[in-house]
Amino acid sequence: MTKAHVYNRDHINTDEIIPARYLNTDDQAELAKHCLEDLDAEFVKKVQADDVIVAGEDFGCGSSREHAIWAIRGVGIQTVIAKSFARIFYRNAINNGFYLIESAEAAEKIKDGDELEIDYEAGLIKDQTAGIDIRFNPLPDFALEIINDGGLLEHIKKTAD
Amino acid sequence: MGMTITEKILARAANKNSVRPGELVDAQLDVVLFIDVTGPPAVSMLETRGIDKVFDREKIIVTPDHFQPAKDIKSAELHKRLDQWARRHNIKYYYKLGRAGVCHALLPEQGHIRPGEVIIGPDSHTCTYGAFAAFSTGVGSTDLAAAIATGKLWFRVPASMKFVLSGKLGPGVYSKDVILAVIARIGVDGTLYKAMEFTGSALKSMSMEARMTMTNMAIEAGAKNGIIGFDQTTKQYLDEHLKDKKDYTIYESNSDAKYEEVEEFDCSKIEPMVALPHLPSNGVTISECSAKQMDQAYIGSCTNGRIEDLRIAAKILKGKQVAIRTIIVPATPTIWKQAKDEDLFDIFYDAGCVIAAPTCGACLGGFMGVLAEGEKCVSTTNRNFVGRMGHPKSEVYLASPATAAASAIEGKLTDPREYL
Repeated sequence: MTKAHVYNRDHINTDEIIPARYLNTDDQAELAKHCLEDLDAEFVKKVQADDVIVAGEDFGCGSSREHAIWAIRGVGIQTVIAKSFARIFYRNAINNGFYLIESAEAAEKIKDGDELEIDYEAGLIKDQTAGIDIRFNPLPDFALEIINDGGLLEHIKKTAD
Repeated sequence: MGMTITEKILARAANKNSVRPGELVDAQLDVVLFIDVTGPPAVSMLETRGIDKVFDREKIIVTPDHFQPAKDIKSAELHKRLDQWARRHNIKYYYKLGRAGVCHALLPEQGHIRPGEVIIGPDSHTCTYGAFAAFSTGVGSTDLAAAIATGKLWFRVPASMKFVLSGKLGPGVYSKDVILAVIARIGVDGTLYKAMEFTGSALKSMSMEARMTMTNMAIEAGAKNGIIGFDQTTKQYLDEHLKDKKDYTIYESNSDAKYEEVEEFDCSKIEPMVALPHLPSNGVTISECSAKQMDQAYIGSCTNGRIEDLRIAAKILKGKQVAIRTIIVPATPTIWKQAKDEDLFDIFYDAGCVIAAPTCGACLGGFMGVLAEGEKCVSTTNRNFVGRMGHPKSEVYLASPATAAASAIEGKLTDPREYL
């Protein structure tokens, strides 16, 4: 079951996603314990594997710390749905083989706690709680290629072979 | 149609005659930065994949900075990983403790930044180097890993936005006030994914240090890179700082280059600015926020920890006493020594400030000046996000070194023009 955790706010930044006081490690499990800590201290208690985060504009702005993606992935989040993403966060996600969904419609219509079913290939979110279908534009081909290869380093290895 | 300076540099690096915004290119990298927080994870990524090579040991510049000198056991482990890797690969430019400094102040100062080059670093403020007519952008650890191994990265060519800065800055007004005014107008995603090109007559009177303060904060408007064209000021700085490789290529935007938007600023009308919590875009003039009580002043960072910044602060603090905790952080050992040789340390000591070792330190809530619950800090740094300098309920007010120094004396946000 995929549940939406909705933060109806723009500019949720990397300091909120993983505060710098935890950047002295790159251990994903350790980082996961503090995911979104300064935004919502309860988040790590309520999040479950395969859930998604939903937010407004410019999600992930601020630092280049890839720790933000590692913390989000570490708690088992399958994707982030936002109206838009900050540049380095977007790039880090792709490079980690982590899928992002950019959709203003989804960010507006999905309510906190809604149960979702996401078809990445078709670009379709089924909001089962609200009983609505939301279409989204899949990521560009070059990004999908990297994600499908499992991230940038695997992609480079594959294309170098 | 003509190209912008950003497009020209990316075209050169991708070995193409021309590129257009939106186009994907594989660019050859000229300089790759490596630091303590984001560098070691990149090495681990390579090692777990059985890749242990560097594309060019002379093009990777290594310095610990965020948590150096090591603030705790875990950061000491990061430094150990950095040190072992740098030694194993015989990295030519490895700045160890004693020569290590805040990377974005250190690299230009040590002559590693040249016009026309493509520079990446695993820190969002890598956009700083655009002040030298170079393409420079921040990336994450995976990109760094790829860069270390291959010397190449993929980029989507950004569209450009032009910022025309005219007029002369008034007394007590600095480039920090200009960039805070720019971001206040366009917002923290005002240049998302784009190149932020600064031009105009106001730049002429700005030193390279002052220009770096502006390109440094391009990321605070969401930009991919900030960039300023080459002129005599650039040349003079390079003549004084370049060491091993002194040749470079100068690129300029064509007069018919395409800009998505053009924003104009009359700098003579800009007043000392303060960005209120919790976004760099919350800039207001000092008169709109003066008298707000502070608990700490912090003068340092890659934004405003250079010698010029320390001189500006010292001029205001000379013969005065600070009313709140005031932390001075020279960004590099060279700046530290310059400040000492110019007797600025005496001024800071006499005023009641503490002088720290070069580090990113408390700018990102690391150490050496972290805030307690409810505390407020006027800071010359670049971000005032929730919890940025410490407790999630602490507050950061971004300002120029002059405003921070004047505010330190009064213990509240203060117009620096009262102390000129």
